[in-house]
Amino acid sequence: MAYSEKVMDHFRNPRNVGEMTDPDGVGKVGNPVCGDIMELYIKVKDDTIVDAKFQTLGCGAAIATSSMVTEMVKGQKLDDALKISNSMVAEALGGLPSQKMHCSVLAEEALQSAISDYRSKKGLK
Amino acid sequence: MGRIYLDNNATTPVRPEVVEALAGMLKGCYGNPSTLYCVGHEAHVEMERARDIMAGILGCNREEVIFTSGGTESDNIAVLGAARANRKKGNHIITTKIEHHAVLNPCKALEKEGWQVTYLPVDEYGMVNPADVERSITSGTTLISIMHANNEVGTIQPIAEIGKMAKARKITFHTDAVQSFGKLSVNVNELGADLLSASSHKIYGPKGVGLLYVRKGTKILPIMFGGHQERSLRPGTENVPGIVGFGRAAELMAAEGPAEEARLLKLRDRLWEGIKAKVPHVKLNGHPAMRLAGTLNVIFEYVEGESIILSLDEHGICAASGSACTSDALEPSHVLAAMGVPPEKSHGALRMSFGRENTEEDVDKVLEALPKVVEKLRSFSPIYKDFLRQQTA
Repeated sequence: MAYSEKVMDHFRNPRNVGEMTDPDGVGKVGNPVCGDIMELYIKVKDDTIVDAKFQTLGCGAAIATSSMVTEMVKGQKLDDALKISNSMVAEALGGLPSQKMHCSVLAEEALQSAISDYRSKKGLK
Repeated sequence: MGRIYLDNNATTPVRPEVVEALAGMLKGCYGNPSTLYCVGHEAHVEMERARDIMAGILGCNREEVIFTSGGTESDNIAVLGAARANRKKGNHIITTKIEHHAVLNPCKALEKEGWQVTYLPVDEYGMVNPADVERSITSGTTLISIMHANNEVGTIQPIAEIGKMAKARKITFHTDAVQSFGKLSVNVNELGADLLSASSHKIYGPKGVGLLYVRKGTKILPIMFGGHQERSLRPGTENVPGIVGFGRAAELMAAEGPAEEARLLKLRDRLWEGIKAKVPHVKLNGHPAMRLAGTLNVIFEYVEGESIILSLDEHGICAASGSACTSDALEPSHVLAAMGVPPEKSHGALRMSFGRENTEEDVDKVLEALPKVVEKLRSFSPIYKDFLRQQTA
């Protein structure tokens, strides 16, 4: 098993890492028993994600997909962001080893959870 | 950047003397040891010299040493072969929850064929209680298979005590000594073993070769069928260069004796003391005293093992993990689970295993890199953040 150079780059230098003060939406997925936990924070303005940050406990693939998804959602309309699938995240990273594809699901789920958190807070649901 | 290899329980670099022995065989000694003419005879002589070295280390007769393709094959022949040969006597096997998969999976295969298998628990240090072995013996028990030293945490089992028990009850006793052969005393009479597995590539020998000690009179059936080689228990033309390399490696281990083990122990303890001093929230896995000199298994709480390994690799450091994420099976370590380590903690396990190429300087370099790596990963670990909040609340 080997990771792509892009995965290793995002693992080594994760983008948008850290906790967001006063986020508009938070997505928390995974659990410590599986070994992967991701928290995704989003800032929303005019139905557009203007900032995203994350904190992740997990393997190289989990950290890299977290980093990548925060890059992908910035500047996206919420409805467009919801269309981002785990395979799109994996593809943006130059692919993931097959047994690591489930890690990219974490990123997709965290994103959906953060958007639905934002919408329910706003009473939009 | 120099590489620091700390995964010697996985495999070891082939040492120069062994490379030389191997090269000599590959270049000039190609004969089939089963043939009668001079070329074959030469190969036979070299192979038998290796067998004598093994017999010396094991304290047995040369006829009792069977060369195999490695630890996995030795374990499979031992478990499947001894179980099937004693089928009329009974169908109960006793083993432990912390065996290598090369023992566990043959046991599982036998369960499907109608055998009953008892998987003994271990204590928090990974130690089997001989009283549990005694209690588990039934009139139908025909085989006990318990590893000498565990590959993940290094805990050394009370093999001699269990061996005595097995002998008194006339039960065949196998020990997987893949991690201990060449490092601890593996005299088969002291251990009371009827069957013992060992592997070449754990002691600076080539991959693809191992041995199974089979005590004279032990009932055992082959699992492969072919020619008469290795007393028909392991048919097929022997891996002569590999066997000669294995012999050379074992000979050198025996010559170095306990001095090298004492050196590794010092390195290992220096690393553990350093980790304890520099990194908070760590826990040692394995027995504090009864443990392989070169094995250090540590849990770093609030981080995940694979991410530590990848980060250490950036610093040129090679180590292993108990994390599910480093295995294709995506299951956390069965050894740590048996020791009562919950999965959320075993994901943060790191195994560092020392070998002859490691130095004090290596330890100090690891102590430079490792705390930074763990700190970085914890800095964006959501459970570490939650933990810190609880502390201040």
